Amino acid sequence: MSTPAIRIQGVSKHYGSLKALGGVDLEVGQGEFFGLLGPNGAGKTTLISALSGLVRPDGGTLAIMGHDVVADYRNARRNLGVVPQELVFDPFFSVRELLRIQSGYFGIRSNDDWIDEILASLDLAHKANANMRMLSGGMKRRVLVAQALVHRPPVIVLDEPTAGVDVELRQGLWQFIRKLNRDGHTIVLTTHYLEEAEALCGRIAMLKAGRIVALDTTANLLRRFATHSLAVRLEHPGRGVELGGSAGEGGWVDFAFDSYTEVEALLARLREAGAGLVEMRLGEPDLERVFVEVMNRA
Amino acid sequence: MPESFSRAVPRIEPMAAESPLAGFRTLLYKEVLRFWKVSFQTVGAPVLNALLFLLIFSHVLDRHVTVYGEVAYTSFLVPGLVMMSVLQNAFANSSSSLIQSKITGNIIFVLLPPLSYREFYAAYVIASTLRGLMVGAGVLAVSAAFVEVPMAHPLWVLGFAVLGGAILGSLGVIAGIWADKFDQLAAFQNFLIMPLTMLSGVFYSIHSLPQFWQDVSHFNPFFFMIDGFRYGFFGQSDTSPWLSLGVVGLCFVLIAALTLAMLARGYKLRS
Repeated sequence: MSTPAIRIQGVSKHYGSLKALGGVDLEVGQGEFFGLLGPNGAGKTTLISALSGLVRPDGGTLAIMGHDVVADYRNARRNLGVVPQELVFDPFFSVRELLRIQSGYFGIRSNDDWIDEILASLDLAHKANANMRMLSGGMKRRVLVAQALVHRPPVIVLDEPTAGVDVELRQGLWQFIRKLNRDGHTIVLTTHYLEEAEALCGRIAMLKAGRIVALDTTANLLRRFATHSLAVRLEHPGRGVELGGSAGEGGWVDFAFDSYTEVEALLARLREAGAGLVEMRLGEPDLERVFVEVMNRA
Repeated sequence: MPESFSRAVPRIEPMAAESPLAGFRTLLYKEVLRFWKVSFQTVGAPVLNALLFLLIFSHVLDRHVTVYGEVAYTSFLVPGLVMMSVLQNAFANSSSSLIQSKITGNIIFVLLPPLSYREFYAAYVIASTLRGLMVGAGVLAVSAAFVEVPMAHPLWVLGFAVLGGAILGSLGVIAGIWADKFDQLAAFQNFLIMPLTMLSGVFYSIHSLPQFWQDVSHFNPFFFMIDGFRYGFFGQSDTSPWLSLGVVGLCFVLIAALTLAMLARGYKLRS
């Protein structure tokens, strides 16, 4: 078995009396597209910060491509690229200067060919000599991605990279990240856009209050936790609610069920109750439902 | 590991570092480039400030005061102003760079790469010392056009300038890391660095002070920096240059050790 891209064992972190991470164990395989999900304050950013050496855990160990992030921090950091959540930049420099400097920090001072390739891939080539202050928010976000890639790390962590980003840029960014993943880069993504995680991630961990409360492939999570739904618009919504549905707006009532085989019986009961079916919609299981279900159970 | 998430992928190797010190050299280059890009503000303006001091004090006092017996006050003043500029600008460089990076958040770009805390320290302190030396050289060069300034022992001049710059560069690193907002940094600068500099003998020989204040001055390490530096110009000083070198050297070792200990612990940088 190959070395895991990321190995986290028993990692805990407290800020005073606040438990940010409570003994997290996690392995991410090489080449995975992995999602790290959780509500605000669940510990996602703390975990990423511990991986990248920005936070020192109270206990446990973390390794990137087999390199311990404390004992062998130089090799661990060489193998990791992090796109931070905040839109931060150094106002003194142009895009190219910034990328050359970032590359130099990793010991690579002659790196223009790769920098040009990244700039072209992220549609930033025409802004290479522009000062960072002159760029739009979306462009600054792409520069952050470029900075994380200058040393061509095998493991890339994206901490909510599409927060506040318009649809077009988001699509372009995911196309690029997917290509990196196809090329062999391991991708770890945190996001609040659950439909993105569902579409991109092969496996997902959900965190709550510093603990992993669900960890499985996306397909398994959808199978295990998500229920199907049937939304019906009724002439008499109250009768639908009496049959176990939850009332929505405009006469709509939602029913949750585990299998489509239950639909026929449900429709029969609505007819018998004289609810007056006007319109209906079937809902597929989605990650948002899984997320809500997991968070409620944890 | 379940088969569903283990897949055969081409192994990606990160790019290899060109040399062990390439990261440090880049951080040093970036810190120098940072102040050089705004050199009107970081070099030109401090030179002008020092020259204004020279103009005013020399106008008022040159005909009334001589020091060390026969040295004109204006000549005496120049090394003090040069050293004051070295010290203040070395402090300003590291402290402002760090606090700006912390407040804007871009400090992360220095913390994520595989740089050691020693490389971090050396890059910030050397860049600060270089800025101090550039401003000091500017003040000296322009002053020399108007005032006769001898230089009896250039190596002493250079030695004290480098040590003084390094000490203040280190203090700037401490202040930049400790301060959470510009107000705190200004307090550090205005209530500690500025009084210690101004009361160190920049504008006077401590022999002109009452005995009590002469004794107090010997507890100010900045006094030894400036007195030793001045010895390099005139071959005379208020106290032995070897004593000054010892005090300044010891100060550097202690402050460097403190700064390195803070960085090694990750104080306020790696929580």
